[in-house]
Amino acid sequence: MSNLTKKQRMEIKRQVMPVQDPKTRIKNFEEVALGYNEETAILEAQRCLQCKKPLCVEACPVGVRIPQFIKALREKDFTLAVQEMKIKNNLPAICGRVCPQETQCEGSCIMGKHSSPVAIGRLERYIGDYELAHRTCPLQKTTSTGKKVAVVGSGPSGLTCAVDLGRFGHSVTIFESLHVAGGVLVYGIPEFRLPKRVVHSEVAYAMDCLGIEIKTDHVIGRTLTLKDLTDEFDAVFIGSGAGLPQFLRISGINLNGVMSANEFLTRVNLMMGYLFPEYDTPVKVGKRVAVIGAGNVAMDAARCSLRLQSILYDSPCEVYIIYRRSRQEVPARQEEVHHAEEEGIVFHYLTNPVEILGGNNGEVKAIRCIRMELGEPDNTGRKKPIPIPNTEFEIEVDTVIVALGTSPNPLIFIGADELQRTRHGTVVADPLTGKTSLQKVWAGGDVVTGAATVISAMGAGKRSAEDIHRYLIG
Amino acid sequence: MKGYRILHKEAISDVTKLIVVEAPHVARNAKAGQFVIIRIDEKGERIPLTIADYDKDEGSITMIFQEVGKTTTQLGSLKVGDIILNITGPLGHPSEIQNYGSVICVGGGVGIAPIYPIARALKEAGNHVISIIGARTRSLIFWEEKLKAVSDELVVCTDDGSYGRKCLVTEPLKEILSDTKRTISRVWAIGPAIMMKFVASTTEPFKIPTIVSLNTIMIDGTGMCGGCRVSLKEGAKFVCVDGPEFDAHTIDWELLLRRLSYYRDEETYSLQRYKHKCNLDNL
Repeated sequence: MSNLTKKQRMEIKRQVMPVQDPKTRIKNFEEVALGYNEETAILEAQRCLQCKKPLCVEACPVGVRIPQFIKALREKDFTLAVQEMKIKNNLPAICGRVCPQETQCEGSCIMGKHSSPVAIGRLERYIGDYELAHRTCPLQKTTSTGKKVAVVGSGPSGLTCAVDLGRFGHSVTIFESLHVAGGVLVYGIPEFRLPKRVVHSEVAYAMDCLGIEIKTDHVIGRTLTLKDLTDEFDAVFIGSGAGLPQFLRISGINLNGVMSANEFLTRVNLMMGYLFPEYDTPVKVGKRVAVIGAGNVAMDAARCSLRLQSILYDSPCEVYIIYRRSRQEVPARQEEVHHAEEEGIVFHYLTNPVEILGGNNGEVKAIRCIRMELGEPDNTGRKKPIPIPNTEFEIEVDTVIVALGTSPNPLIFIGADELQRTRHGTVVADPLTGKTSLQKVWAGGDVVTGAATVISAMGAGKRSAEDIHRYLIG
Repeated sequence: MKGYRILHKEAISDVTKLIVVEAPHVARNAKAGQFVIIRIDEKGERIPLTIADYDKDEGSITMIFQEVGKTTTQLGSLKVGDIILNITGPLGHPSEIQNYGSVICVGGGVGIAPIYPIARALKEAGNHVISIIGARTRSLIFWEEKLKAVSDELVVCTDDGSYGRKCLVTEPLKEILSDTKRTISRVWAIGPAIMMKFVASTTEPFKIPTIVSLNTIMIDGTGMCGGCRVSLKEGAKFVCVDGPEFDAHTIDWELLLRRLSYYRDEETYSLQRYKHKCNLDNL
């Protein structure tokens, strides 16, 4: 099988990802995509043409050695595949599940022009899961340098930065404000898309193999200040993400039943609200839920709502996505939109909310919207949505979840006025190194870019780790 | 052992408990007016509790709470030596303490606890401090002596007249504000939301700046969830990061009270379930 011709490889069909049936999965929080088995993984890996100039690698924010790991995989050398993977990516089981592959590696795959791209994300996940199950490639720790680095935040950028610094031999302490490490990977992304065991396992591995210390319950800016950290450590990396939810400035936004996607997802994921009352934190959804926005967070909120409804109610329920642009502009991963559609989420495209209406009890009863049309491209390059006059209408709902993006949490900047920031509240950092205007301080991930992807945050964490390492041993 | 150890515990009344907990990371930077978020165990919820006192040398903080829901009831059942899994803080802005002249500190029910460090700090800053404390009945009044020690004047009242004056805290408050021989520069009030609402409406006609400390529903306590948002005249604010203290005259109290009750059914159910389980365990 290893000596297939190019033509033979091109004739193999892209392997289908086995998934839980939509009717079943909307009643549980178990993972939707079940993962390839060895046979399908190897068959899919056979499709790779091993390009001399692999465009997929160029399109990957961390430059994963894609042809190399796929070659090792199809030769059944899984240990080598893990090693090839881990040269550039410490967290393949996570990235394989949450990266927007269609705009990155798979979007550039030459096979896509012929039929459909090699399922690089699914193969990455296969290798990541293999590693979680077998632990073939312990992260190597070099001799201790005696240098101490503080990392603020244990999400994708902080975790990646910490792991790489640990491998370089530095003594790393992560400060996390919540009670558990993982950041958005544990409070934001639902169990059915990224099981917590995957995140916990990666975190535990970093701690056990590299001796990274994680101090939970530490809010930098309050418990300790940035200055406390620069006084005590040789370098500091800020990877505190973009955790502050944006609310719409429309009437009714503070009614009971209106919440940020952050609150809703935190109750569901971090606090395990779907297991109330066994877990203490309650979470409510009504029978008719409107989610405003169409990014990954909106899809997650909509699909969590659907699952909670199946626990809470016997009668039919509905979940709507309300988005002011059209399906073409939806920022969520294709797979999430596809899964959401399969599960019965109703999409209201070219629709913008103008007011949330409350009943006598102060709870939401409807959302008033207006129809939109797309005009000329705006400064983001996307067609600008414009309201169509006299097209207002109401949708009867009892829950409204706002998923319109987040910005960096300003708490960390208390007492750190010298740290240069943009007017959007993001930290100004060198795009190549993550170095900030403050001595000994680097930053990366959403706190620099604003809300973006897991993989771009990881890439930033990696680049900063290299630069911090150069600085410390220089 | 992961978590924070309870060093000392006192029953202040049947339902009001005081605990001193070893939490040096919080004690180090704690100031009057700030709060913590605690989570008792792996299945616990995160709830905000005001820091009633702190001891930087011992590395401890004191919290006083009333057993009203499942989490506070469970917290009240813990003993000295037991562990609280998570304590995050200090959170929120500290009280703005300076020498204002004459000030009034109003503490209602369990709110007597957080008003104490504020009264103490105001006294230390040189203010003439008048404290008014009240509760439903005598057994819910506590720290009278402690407050007396940091106040120039102290009024105690109970709703049922079982101790001190038989009245609501707003009655002596209004009398003092109406006294033309006095000039009051500022009022602090901490207690049940409904009490703070009435303190606000009492002081408003006198145009006296009034500060209240809000205790809303919160999860993370760092500005992430927005569950604690309140509506002020200037727009929506988050209690956890913009507060917990706000100008009482700018708050939309109806909205606040409504938001506080949003999870009432779930809270009641959770408490009943917990008590039922405790009864079974005790059989």
